[in-house]
Amino acid sequence: MAAGLRPGRALLSRRRGALCALLRAARGLAARPETHFGFQNVTEAERREKIYQVFENVAEKYDVMNDSMSLGIHRVWKDILVHKMNPSPGTLLVDVAGGTGDIAFRFLNYVRSVRERQLQQKLRNHQNLSWQEISKSYQEEKSNPLGDSQVVVCDINKEMLKAGMQKAQHLGYSEGLSWVLGNAEELPFDDDKFDVYTIAFGIRNVTRIDLALQEAYRVLKPGGRFLCLEFSHVSNPLLSRLYDLYSFQVIPVLGEVIAGDWKSYQYLVESIRRFPPQEELKAMIEDAGFLKVDYQNLNSGIVAIHSGFKL
Amino acid sequence: MLRGAAVRAALLRAVRGAPGRAGLGRAVPRAEEEEDEEEEEGRPVGRVPLYPGHIPTSPLQKALLAAGSACAALWDPYRHDMVAVLGETTGCLALPTLRDRMRNDPEGYRIFQERPRIRLSTLDMAWLRGLPDGALGREYIRFLEDNKVSPDTRMPAKFVDDEELAYVIQRYREVHDLMHTLLGMPTNMLGEVVVKWFEAIQTGLPMCVLGAAFGPVRLNARKLQVLATELLPWAVRSGRNASCVLNVYYEQRWEQSVESLREEIGIFPPPAVRV
Repeated sequence: MAAGLRPGRALLSRRRGALCALLRAARGLAARPETHFGFQNVTEAERREKIYQVFENVAEKYDVMNDSMSLGIHRVWKDILVHKMNPSPGTLLVDVAGGTGDIAFRFLNYVRSVRERQLQQKLRNHQNLSWQEISKSYQEEKSNPLGDSQVVVCDINKEMLKAGMQKAQHLGYSEGLSWVLGNAEELPFDDDKFDVYTIAFGIRNVTRIDLALQEAYRVLKPGGRFLCLEFSHVSNPLLSRLYDLYSFQVIPVLGEVIAGDWKSYQYLVESIRRFPPQEELKAMIEDAGFLKVDYQNLNSGIVAIHSGFKL
Repeated sequence: MLRGAAVRAALLRAVRGAPGRAGLGRAVPRAEEEEDEEEEEGRPVGRVPLYPGHIPTSPLQKALLAAGSACAALWDPYRHDMVAVLGETTGCLALPTLRDRMRNDPEGYRIFQERPRIRLSTLDMAWLRGLPDGALGREYIRFLEDNKVSPDTRMPAKFVDDEELAYVIQRYREVHDLMHTLLGMPTNMLGEVVVKWFEAIQTGLPMCVLGAAFGPVRLNARKLQVLATELLPWAVRSGRNASCVLNVYYEQRWEQSVESLREEIGIFPPPAVRV
């Protein structure tokens, strides 16, 4: 279905274009929902399959590639997300499309340091504690360093979960962490379970974003917070051109050289362009029932954090 | 290079959900109705794949790929895919010359027309193994088994923007193992360097030249000495003397003895050193 590139072939292409539009209408009558995979048009089932394969291929080199593509800046973005979340000890977090666990580990670190500060504050405030009370407080710190906080990492892809579990073992995270295989469009959790729902660089790969948002609303407790970190739309024209140049020229090359996989990273940059921009995503989140929905641009819109509350 | 206005317009269209009619190899989606008015003038011609496995690339991407694959191959010599990519992205001058040499030779022309591929599925392993010792087929099988390699691990061409040149480089890759057999070199570092020198002189591919120049860096002193005193002069002389190795229809010469084939091509007998 290549279009003519020279003006002379415009007429032929337009005729072919009309024919293709006719065919697509005819196919539409057969009711196979069309969606996109990067810049290709595919059915929903094909899209799910292709995305699964992409992440199966990249799982092992996922973190290395993230570092090289974003020059390490993705770590800052994820830090900002967790700081915005500002979780207190006792928070129950579900990190959907959490794959290799970046958000989960940051959450655990944050909660642990908040808990330490809490305990130190308690000690400082009660200057007249007996030795028994002080040692009980030390024991509390040792036995419950996370303050009953928990994070559930949910991902649809087995390879990504595997990579995440290996990383957790390697870095020494074991407490307060669970790994669940599940689909963001149909989460295997009960209603009203979690305090915070995060999805970092994952919602772009979901085929039915509206269903994922509805599921997010369902599994959150009343008062719970929805946080979404995702690549978004750059409005500054100069930056947009540089960003496009970098995305389309450099990133697939990095994918080929580092991971030996051009096509997956071509998909990555195309899927970013296909994703709704900030305002549209905000409207979709509001449609799912969330209130006080807002977004914060990072790096002039290369990345945006959307936040909403179930009230 | 993507033009800003066209990209923004296309992005808006994509965002509004208009089905972008993007075939493989397109970098920007476009709606059915508006086609050529907003077509990028500076887009490299032919952003459509020309053969199965083809990934069209811009000159900038080719340059980045060449640099990146060179570094990756130096860092980890076992990254055969990086060596392959380096060959494809830097071969734009040498490959047409090779193709012309193939076309101008009767046997080479036949190969070019018939496009044979050396694969496990196309080789009759049992029959080749049954050939007498010294026959090309028998020695080739012996080489594959001794070094535990298979012809099926050759990467298909991805970044060559011409279907004929893609076949030329594919043929070069598949014939590489036969080079090892004809030169009598194993697949250790020293053997690979010798074969690379031979191929560099024969084909002129920059990847071979780079491999020949940088390969010896990883050899120890003793091997370097053997290389410099015995193997290199022989490889260079043979390379200069031999006719184009891509012009030999190996698949029709399995029964021919290795020595007679060497004489026919013009490769001198290998020196008696242990590689």
